[in-house]
Amino acid sequence: MSNQSTEILRFTTAGSVDDGKSTLIGRLLYDSKSIFEDQYDNIKATSERRGEQYVNLALLTDGLRAEREQGITIDVAYRYFSTPKRKFIIADTPGHIQYTRNMVTGASTANLALILIDARQGVVEQTRRHSLIASLLGIPHVAVCINKMDLVDYSQEVYDKIISDYKTFASKLKIKDFHFIPLTALHGDNVVHRSDKMNWYEGVTLMYLLENLHIANDQNHVDARFPVQYVIRPYNDAFHDYRGYAGRMSSGVLRKGDKVSVLPSGFSTTVKSIELDGKEMEEAFAPMSVTVLLEDDIDISRGDMITRPNNQPEQGQDIEAMICWMADRPLQLNGKYALKHTTKDVRCVVKEVKYKFDISNLSRITDNPEIKMNDIGRISLRTTAPLFYDSYTKNRETGSFILIDEGTNVTVGAGMII
Amino acid sequence: MAYTLNHLKTLEAESIFILREVAAQFQNAAILFSGGKDSIIVTYLAKKAFYPAPIPFPLVHIDTGHNFQETLDYRDELVKTLGVKLIVGSVQESIDNGRVAEERGVNASRIRLQTTTLLDTIEQYKFDACMGGARRDEEKARAKERFFSHRDEFGQWDPKNQRPELWNLFNGRKSMGEHFRVFPISNWTELDVWQYLAEEKIPLPSLYYTHKRRVFNRDGTWLAESPVIPMKPNEVIEEHIVRFRTIGDITSTGATFSEASTIEDIIQEVATARTTERGGRADDKRSETSMEDRKKEGYF
Repeated sequence: MSNQSTEILRFTTAGSVDDGKSTLIGRLLYDSKSIFEDQYDNIKATSERRGEQYVNLALLTDGLRAEREQGITIDVAYRYFSTPKRKFIIADTPGHIQYTRNMVTGASTANLALILIDARQGVVEQTRRHSLIASLLGIPHVAVCINKMDLVDYSQEVYDKIISDYKTFASKLKIKDFHFIPLTALHGDNVVHRSDKMNWYEGVTLMYLLENLHIANDQNHVDARFPVQYVIRPYNDAFHDYRGYAGRMSSGVLRKGDKVSVLPSGFSTTVKSIELDGKEMEEAFAPMSVTVLLEDDIDISRGDMITRPNNQPEQGQDIEAMICWMADRPLQLNGKYALKHTTKDVRCVVKEVKYKFDISNLSRITDNPEIKMNDIGRISLRTTAPLFYDSYTKNRETGSFILIDEGTNVTVGAGMII
Repeated sequence: MAYTLNHLKTLEAESIFILREVAAQFQNAAILFSGGKDSIIVTYLAKKAFYPAPIPFPLVHIDTGHNFQETLDYRDELVKTLGVKLIVGSVQESIDNGRVAEERGVNASRIRLQTTTLLDTIEQYKFDACMGGARRDEEKARAKERFFSHRDEFGQWDPKNQRPELWNLFNGRKSMGEHFRVFPISNWTELDVWQYLAEEKIPLPSLYYTHKRRVFNRDGTWLAESPVIPMKPNEVIEEHIVRFRTIGDITSTGATFSEASTIEDIIQEVATARTTERGGRADDKRSETSMEDRKKEGYF
């Protein structure tokens, strides 16, 4: 019988073309017995048809016709596996420069970033790009996997040199928790099973790390933020005066009886009850979806936020943010966009572009920077109505927003409030 | 203090968030109901999300006319219990009206024809969002699917040009005539679904449990004896103890040999299974990318 009370760990993977990312995921799935026989037979037949020497485990994740034809990953693919300890959700993202936006997508909800380095190549631009994204997107943990160790004779010197190069560059980043693992995805060394070819390595296998990493503190449990998503009004005789505020805790904890203050009105009241499906609960914490009932009848609608009187988010219409651009048409200075933040929809105008990053050396380009597809830069915005926000480093839920092109309705930018 | 949620509660919270987001962002949304366990879970999650208000979406069943009777009985009972509206789009009607032509031959199936009926139903009722029980772990094209999946005015999916989906911010903006497909249980696996059904004591169609049935083998798939499936001369009916891991159109849903008679038995079976649940689906075996091809045209 499988364990009913396992935690979920979400991780993202990226690397450059051909560094074996899809093979590594295939190996994790295969060695943890998460691949089914019919899937395996299918990719084995495809590998043989293509005349490949080994069963190509990368075919497990490359699902679209174009991806199989070109042998590359184009879009984010989600993969699932579980061990008795944890359930894992993998966002497998393409490493190529033109798909940075997909890397950002995968990173936005991850607890951990898995960064692959080809032992023969060492730290390359893609490594820096992905690490910067992991840092900007606030991924709490990073596992740097030095892959293809078999092709450098399992050399400790090569491994040490790569780690030292990586640490020098990563000292400029804001990632708190690093882990380094030498492995070979193709043969499985140090992926699930310990390698007998690298006795000099005293650390854990990748699977051990994934299963045991401490992630309970990744969630903000301090600042109570409840963006109202939907108002439940049954309009029937049994629940005539019922007015429930449906939503999901962004962070922090709310308890029955708590004094709360509602933004933007600023009215104070008390939590009468917290429930779901008619069942009451004592408290709600992130990421629970619940319905909150309040003692006083005040006018509250979608986009409002329930908080504690002594712990309030920032409020304002002038927003400073880092933006990752995702559209062919560059970010327009003085351009207007629709903006989605928590459950609130507003419009905004781009007041200033301060700088953009040169990913190759993390320097800032301040001379007339134009933020194009896959660029990351810093901007100032003015919104049509106040946002209730926290800085992204403090709160990923209330510190993030997306920009939408009002003409095409496409999501064009991912913003992180400073 | 440990504020942690287990994986089922985390998945439930995410799905309820999506369902409420659909109610907030769209004017006229519906749940696509197949009678299978996945659309049953979506329906029960919708009940939770809006209680004590009724489910604010109708159930839409695209009826191929090739159903297991058990599925129809279950559907009608569920509609009564939850007090939700049912809309049926009939593939037979689409055939009678000349919108589509029936496939010929022994492997004829109405799977592909459903797409036209589905798109016609969406247009007739002006649905702007249709929720389905598709999961990313089911099939490789579905692994690339968004929670909020945009469809153009022809109902088509463009997998290479999908909107980025970040954090918990879902962009449901669209132009006139376009719609969205929304998949609230994207992140659930087959095992999660069964564990949740057990934990919540959700009733299921009897087809999922072991029973005696007259079946025959075609290309490795055990199909149920049915007047709507013409048999080849060399195919013979045998009686076996079977159950179904997925429930779809009778012409393409394969049975597995199983004696699992309770949900606990099934969880045990799924946890140790060595083939995928869609392994028994003849509709997926037509080509390496048949699901991707069907999805692009507007399939579920």
